[in-house]
Amino acid sequence: MTAQSVKLGYDTGETTVADRIKLFASRNGALIGLIILCIALSFVAPAFLSAPNLLNVGIQAATVAILAFGQTFVIVAAGIDLSVGATAAVSSMLVAYTGANMGLPAWLTIIVGLLAGAAFGACSGMMNAFLRLPSFIATLAMMSVARGLTLVISDGRPISTSGMVNFFGGTLAGIPVPIIMMVIMGIVASIILNFTTIGRSMYAVGGNMEASRLSGISVHKTQIMVFVLSGIFAAVAGLVIAGRLHSAQPQAADGYEMDAIASVVIGGASLSGGKGKISGTFIGAILLAVIRNGLNIMNVSSFWQKVVIGLVIAFAVSFDTLRRKVDTH
Amino acid sequence: MTQLSLVGVSKIFGNTKVVNNVSVTVEPGKVHVLLGENGAGKSTVIKMMSGIYQPDEGHIEIDGKTVRILGVEDARKFGIAVIHQELNLVPQLSIMENLFLGMLPAQGGFVNYRAMEKKAKEALKLIGLNEDVHTPMGELGVARQQMVEIAKALMQNASILILDEPTAALTRKECNQLFAIMDELKAKGVGMVFISHHLDEISRVGDVVTVLRDGQYIDTVDASASEDELVKLMVGRDITNQFPHEHREPGEVLLDVKDLNREGELNNISLQVRAGEVIGLAGLVGAGRTEVIRAIFGADSYDSGTVTVCGKQLPKHAIGKSIEAGLGLVPEDRRTQGLVLDASVAENLGLATMIPTSKYGFADLHGQSKREIDTAKKLRIRMANVNQTAGSLSGGNQQKIVFGKWSMANVRVLLLDEPTRGVDVGARVEIYELINEITANGGAVLMASSDLPEVLGMSDKVLVMSEGRITGCLPANEATQESVMALAVSHMDDDNNAERN
Repeated sequence: MTAQSVKLGYDTGETTVADRIKLFASRNGALIGLIILCIALSFVAPAFLSAPNLLNVGIQAATVAILAFGQTFVIVAAGIDLSVGATAAVSSMLVAYTGANMGLPAWLTIIVGLLAGAAFGACSGMMNAFLRLPSFIATLAMMSVARGLTLVISDGRPISTSGMVNFFGGTLAGIPVPIIMMVIMGIVASIILNFTTIGRSMYAVGGNMEASRLSGISVHKTQIMVFVLSGIFAAVAGLVIAGRLHSAQPQAADGYEMDAIASVVIGGASLSGGKGKISGTFIGAILLAVIRNGLNIMNVSSFWQKVVIGLVIAFAVSFDTLRRKVDTH
Repeated sequence: MTQLSLVGVSKIFGNTKVVNNVSVTVEPGKVHVLLGENGAGKSTVIKMMSGIYQPDEGHIEIDGKTVRILGVEDARKFGIAVIHQELNLVPQLSIMENLFLGMLPAQGGFVNYRAMEKKAKEALKLIGLNEDVHTPMGELGVARQQMVEIAKALMQNASILILDEPTAALTRKECNQLFAIMDELKAKGVGMVFISHHLDEISRVGDVVTVLRDGQYIDTVDASASEDELVKLMVGRDITNQFPHEHREPGEVLLDVKDLNREGELNNISLQVRAGEVIGLAGLVGAGRTEVIRAIFGADSYDSGTVTVCGKQLPKHAIGKSIEAGLGLVPEDRRTQGLVLDASVAENLGLATMIPTSKYGFADLHGQSKREIDTAKKLRIRMANVNQTAGSLSGGNQQKIVFGKWSMANVRVLLLDEPTRGVDVGARVEIYELINEITANGGAVLMASSDLPEVLGMSDKVLVMSEGRITGCLPANEATQESVMALAVSHMDDDNNAERN
């Protein structure tokens, strides 16, 4: 029957403009949703469209987006990374600690932070690749280890950060640095996924691990690299969080892994691997931030916000699943 | 007993008539074979018989009365049951629970295990399956799982049994067991529809054959028709040469395997393949053919021995090095091992060359894309465009992608494991021509296959394996199915034979 489904799928050969718009809409549900939401919000709460508020949305989205970019690597390679929030916390705490308590120069503390993120990622990756722990378990373990170490290092208290770190929470030529960092990290992630062998290997390994291995792609290397990258991205997110608060907080980014995963999934990635785009993840993160911001403007309590966010995730993903079903028939 | 007739049925999807004016009558106590290439419309016909699809034209009759079968449940009421290629079983549950899946005998919400056990035992007895009903389904082989499915259908009083490629995953011995059961069912008056790609099974088990091609009804003939005649009906033309093997003067040794050993699996495997040669690797299922191929390629490790490709000795268990040296592998299951089904044809073609052609960690996307399109054209892969997902192509075209992947990598020695499994007769010849192309370009091929005619027809020499060792080497033009089989069972000791009874 395969040959026939091929015929069916491609019989429509000539596509009209209307068809293309329909196709675009069905493939970019999250983007369409975001646009509709923004238009609706601008009517309900005119303050939404003001420049300061939009920048605020951007800042709110930035940390989750950066974590989610890293998460995209992992999910494309058919894994999941629950440790990104805790990794952001432990690396920013190391940045603050090595600066305030050990007197390292600020630039060096930042490198320490990034290396720490990479190291935590490498641990998850090696557990996944060599010990064959499912990534869910490996990163669940690392989440606890990283959060615990954050508390051990800080003794449960915030540590203030250096001026160079605080720059990541400030503004540059009137533009908030978190937004700049989000854009830079988004571009870097996109380049890695689309143009490098390691990025292309993520899609292959996520799509079919055995076929990739038998084609000469190093599955272990790919598995470790996705978590290393995810760890580095988490460390960058940690810098932004610390910069905004002018300190490293022991409970920083608590629960952010869920928002990051939600962003990736809303962006159209498949948890079974092989699919996902940075642009989608970006839209997913912005969508979550806009919803939070809109609910804030409308004075909806943060308790109810959680309920709404949950429903949005369920709705967005089921829409996507339904679309795929329609696509394959 | 029930007689089921499809009368001039058609099924239309979108603009395509996938089945056009097909009439089939399944008689009680007869096996009706549906024959046709992939995409000929067999599955659609089965789905109409079992109520999954309703015919858009024509109608269905049961015992001469026009009926509408509105769903699988409905079909069951009419006594029609389907044994699907992919079995609908829960491997963790016992045989007994699988038999009663969805209809556990219960009283007040509690399962009546005693009644269940009694009925389950009766059901297994009916088909002569000697297994403890408490055995987890997953512990049975595919053949026995299939028997349980048949028992389940009979338990539900099925009088028409539709068997969709039941022999695809069975060994020869298991096939014979299945055929014996089918014979018994025939005697009991059960009508059966049988689908298989193996032409030799038709005369063994079938009574009549209906041939479909491109959704059209072609003919209904007696099952004693010759294979050549059936092939001609299927593909619509004479296939003059099923095995277009081209013999060449062998050149230098490209693949040299010496004394490969792995505890319990490989026993002193030594073989050589020269440029321009195709060496066949024959043997029963479990003889170690796949293990040899995988060890040579570096997919699995080995305890001792050496593999040398183009004069370079390869390290153990290092696929990357093997590919660098000029090896390629077309694995036994293209869907799980050869392809990324959700990825495009282009991406799959480039899978093995993406890293070798990269610079500074960046993939050569432009160059790869060009080479991918060229390769798809050269191999005549039938598709809408290279961006189509590999999973949506037919088996033959999927296999061409796997070949194309290695053709792009300029492979010198290609290892083939079941290269035409699940591939149509017509597409098969195209695969053989790809093999010829490799040897014509000075490459070497080592081909493991359970399809004996294929091994004999396409190889220069046949190596026969039994229980992890090579038991003989025959020049292909002197080898017969009998001489190969004799070597294939030559190491089986008496213990093993006793166990089989």
